[in-house]
Amino acid sequence: MADLAVRVGALALRNPFLLASGIWGESGESLAGAWDAGAGGVITKSIGSQARAGYPNPTIEMYSHWGMLNAMGLPNPGIDEYPREIEAARTRGATVIGSVFGADAEEFATLAARMAETDIVALELNLSCPHAEGYGTEVGSDPADVQEIVRAVVRKVRLPVIAKLTPNTPDPAALAVAAEKGGAAAVSAINTVRGLAIDANLRRPVLAHGLGGLSGPAIKPIGLACVWQIYDRVSVPVIGIGGISTAEDALEYIMAGARAVEVGTAVTQGGIAIFRQLAEGLSRRLDELGYASVSDAVGAAHPARR
Amino acid sequence: MRTVVEVTDRVLETPSTVTLRFPYEADSAPGQFVMIWFPGDDELPMSLSYTEGAVKGVTIKAMGVTSRNVQRIGVGDRVGIRGPYGNRFDLAPRRVLVVGGGSGSAVLAPAAELAVAGGSSVTVALGATQAAELLFRRRFEAMGARVEVATDDGSDGAHGFVTAVADRLLAHEPFDAVWTCGPEVMMQKVALAARGPGVPVFCSVERHMKCALGMCDACALGPYHVCVDGPVFPAERLLPLPEFGRSHRDPSGRRMPFGGR
Repeated sequence: MADLAVRVGALALRNPFLLASGIWGESGESLAGAWDAGAGGVITKSIGSQARAGYPNPTIEMYSHWGMLNAMGLPNPGIDEYPREIEAARTRGATVIGSVFGADAEEFATLAARMAETDIVALELNLSCPHAEGYGTEVGSDPADVQEIVRAVVRKVRLPVIAKLTPNTPDPAALAVAAEKGGAAAVSAINTVRGLAIDANLRRPVLAHGLGGLSGPAIKPIGLACVWQIYDRVSVPVIGIGGISTAEDALEYIMAGARAVEVGTAVTQGGIAIFRQLAEGLSRRLDELGYASVSDAVGAAHPARR
Repeated sequence: MRTVVEVTDRVLETPSTVTLRFPYEADSAPGQFVMIWFPGDDELPMSLSYTEGAVKGVTIKAMGVTSRNVQRIGVGDRVGIRGPYGNRFDLAPRRVLVVGGGSGSAVLAPAAELAVAGGSSVTVALGATQAAELLFRRRFEAMGARVEVATDDGSDGAHGFVTAVADRLLAHEPFDAVWTCGPEVMMQKVALAARGPGVPVFCSVERHMKCALGMCDACALGPYHVCVDGPVFPAERLLPLPEFGRSHRDPSGRRMPFGGR
């Protein structure tokens, strides 16, 4: 049986499948539920300085099987309320990674410091939500901004800092380089791909916010390309995200250079039980291909490693 | 995945409650809900109040801004529908006590209708603030159910809460199941009252919803997601939860006490 335990820098995970931010992360009990279902770690909703309701519905458009468009609008209970949810998840033994979003380096650093007071193992910075004015992609598209934000956070907290990057830019790998320069312990890619749904009968966008972010199987090739390019240009570990719903998808990300992966939209298909299926499937595939561990397969598709 | 349909019928059920009917072919069962989109306004989870045939229906009480706006929707207006989602009432029990408060009858009426049609005997304890707000009273009577009412102001039936009516019925008559929907505190009381005689209670609960796909966590209730694990829950799963009857989450995910604003 191949070893599924992985290290992402200093971060030790029992398996490489992380619950992606935004999925099942509003309540501590849900985070614990994902952990119990077999996730290697769980990432909280992105938490901001204040409680935020998010956008009105419709917030999602589900396509038949290939994807989903969402504009939730970063709903979260705020940093004052949220630590109790982390506590609830920790009580049940979950490995919790905190996610935060801010408008600038200062707000990120302040939120990171607050999050670091809770019992989390790492911090993921949301530099990539594609549909929230003043946050996410808007502060995470310029390498200089990414470097400044990561640096400000790294100076403030001792936890491993993961920069979650956007694909909605000509050179996502440049953002990873900037995050590494800023002191990030890892980068995760990709967040959702900006998209739009229109209802022709009603002659209007479907989502209340208009623009949204595409996730699910349709974006797997985009995520793979980003991870592939990032792997070539940074030495910090990469966490792959985007359209992972089978063990084979995860293996492709690992071979593109990911040491761990995040799973989100796939939970709407098979439910939370998907985590166990992914872990079992990956273990089987690694065995078939003769890998003793996940680590042995990281980057295996790159020419230098073949 | 959304189907845009035209509203074909609009019925003012009570001064504060309106039913919208629309063609929607999907199979559905009592207990299930749809996400109904009012273009330009919100998209809300609504239990189907008419589940059979090609023309479905939802029954909406004016509560928040959107549901007040919804009351202005008329025949010919277009709405988006996705679903149905969620689980359903088990219609097998032979002697059923239905306990409805406020707009709870919206989901209970179709369940009772099918149960009666299937040979079950159905007794309905129906509560409202006043006589005019007793939702679907005639519909329950027409299907052949026995109906006992309670009003907060005493304008019809027992003066006070419907839970007192339910308590009395549970204490004196045998039932195989209780189906209840209404204010959560009411359902909690009904669930506790039914513990004595040992009658299983099934509650249709409500939480703020966004995705309705078991992903966004907006409708988290203890270890459950109301959209996929519910909305119908056996009371014995709800009673141990600290939130049941006490708190819900606002759209940001903050825990809010019931009744507190």
